[in-house]
Amino acid sequence: MTSLPQGAPPKKLGLVIDLDVCVGCHACVINCKEWNTGGYGAALSDQDPYGADVSGAWLNRIHTFEVVPDGGQLVGEAGDARIVHFPKSCLHCDDAPCVTVCPTGASYKRAEDGIVLVDEDKCIGCGLCAWSCPYGAREMDLAAGVMKKCTLCVDRIYNETFELVDRVPACVRTCPANARHFGDFNDPSSDVSQMVAERGGMDLMPEQGTRPVNKYLPPRPRSVLADAAKTIPSAENTDAANGFFAWLDGVLEKI
Amino acid sequence: MHPALSVIMFTTLSGAGYGLAAMLGLGLLDPASWATKTAHVVALGLISAGLLSSTLHLGNPQRAWRAFSQWRSSWLSREGVLAILTFVPVLLNAINSIFIDIFIASTGLIAAMLSVATVYCTAMIYASLKSVDAWNTRLTPACYILFSLASGAVLASVFASFGAGSYPLLPLLGIFLLGAAWFAKWRWRSRLANGSSLSTPESATGLGHIGSVRLLERPHVNENYLTREMGFQVARKHAAKLATIAYLFGFWVPAALLLASALLFAEALAGSVLLTTLGLVALMAGIVTERWLFFAEAKHAVMNYYGG
Ligand code: SF4
Ligand code: SF4
Ligand code: SF4
Repeated sequence: MTSLPQGAPPKKLGLVIDLDVCVGCHACVINCKEWNTGGYGAALSDQDPYGADVSGAWLNRIHTFEVVPDGGQLVGEAGDARIVHFPKSCLHCDDAPCVTVCPTGASYKRAEDGIVLVDEDKCIGCGLCAWSCPYGAREMDLAAGVMKKCTLCVDRIYNETFELVDRVPACVRTCPANARHFGDFNDPSSDVSQMVAERGGMDLMPEQGTRPVNKYLPPRPRSVLADAAKTIPSAENTDAANGFFAWLDGVLEKI
Repeated sequence: MHPALSVIMFTTLSGAGYGLAAMLGLGLLDPASWATKTAHVVALGLISAGLLSSTLHLGNPQRAWRAFSQWRSSWLSREGVLAILTFVPVLLNAINSIFIDIFIASTGLIAAMLSVATVYCTAMIYASLKSVDAWNTRLTPACYILFSLASGAVLASVFASFGAGSYPLLPLLGIFLLGAAWFAKWRWRSRLANGSSLSTPESATGLGHIGSVRLLERPHVNENYLTREMGFQVARKHAAKLATIAYLFGFWVPAALLLASALLFAEALAGSVLLTTLGLVALMAGIVTERWLFFAEAKHAVMNYYGG
């Protein structure tokens, strides 16, 4: 089971994450924890939950980066720096090293849809899979002693008791900015495939050879702030004043 | 990477145990001597202690038996399988010596080969991880195997000095293996010092086409499993000092003591016993330091997301 499935899977389910749109609100992080602490497998525990040193297992985290254009050390020196909010959860890699390193067969990739899961009854909590994942997508649950990771909400997406609109991962359903999308990358007509084709969806760390399924849409080029300044009317310019303000302008001019 | 004490002790102790088992498997010690019999017990004890300590960091050690199942793909599983397989000839060797005073070359050779193969699997757990640049090299298994053989030879020298035979051959072999091990380690460290990282914050975020990427905010204010497990960092100046200590205690001190013992004393003399034992103690301190650095100096690709 630890070996990766051979041949092309019929479906390749995953997420598209739009870095142009994410506002870094952490709503998906909270809903992911909320859904998964009561869903698949052991609850997602927190250690010292009400104390100063709180920490816990999360399947999805948002990092925030500042990108400084080439040639500039300081913000504004060579174009404008941009802030990019960066959601990160398991990318359900096609060549998932976390699956092949697992000594117990607990970590596996499903042949039918490519979802990478942990069978918690087999996991010994050795932590090697977390070491092998370059993305930091796996976190040990310190209370249960088993490895936790994004399940692609496998217990939602196939759940026929849900309305169709809810049969998507919790993070996708909750995102107020619509920055996360779920679908089948094997189907060229799916929303996710089309978005990737249109916007140049990219792999994270392609050099690690993991062939991630999830794709990231790069932020769109930004309009330059300095150009926008010309379109803002100057406070000294009173030409456009009319009515009472035109009269006031005239009176004040004369004094 | 976080230098966990249980893993450092496991690799050091079982490395020495397998090294000693290999020396015994080569028939370098007289099977009838009480010192050799003790050596067999020590080898088995070290291997067992090492394996037990490696289960200490598991979240669910009661399921450890499951780790034997995935030998087709997992080096950790292969290590488990080989560790159990190796027990058989090592135990037979010990029984032959302890109870019937004999050494059987075929059993011995199998024990020696399997011991080296087990250490190779341990090293490959690290060397196969592309996510850790420092480890992802053939030099990693070379270092592990040579350190195991060197500590085995030094350990065997102590028993040889008690009168188990092959003296002063074993101390001299020990010096040679120490030299080989530290040469490999020196190459490993130069690769680490000169090497560039496979991944960068730019490749990790895919934002390199806009400019250089730096972390503005971590996901959470506090540490998490990932930063604790993979975010360990040791200051460069401290690492350099510790490396000097490791070279000193791991090579120069034991090599000098073994050489002095070989040149100045015959076997079964208080002088040779004292010098080889001191050499062994220094070597263990040196290897523990080296093992600590092996983890502490290795940077994980995930830290590209954490500004480290
Ligand atoms: S992102 Fe990490 S945990 Fe997920 S499949 Fe890829 S390597 Fe495995
Ligand atoms: S922590 Fe669990 S899932 Fe991960 S490698 Fe170890 S046994 Fe497999
Ligand atoms: S798909 Fe589900 S488990 Fe994965 S990050 Fe989204 S909410 Fe969390």
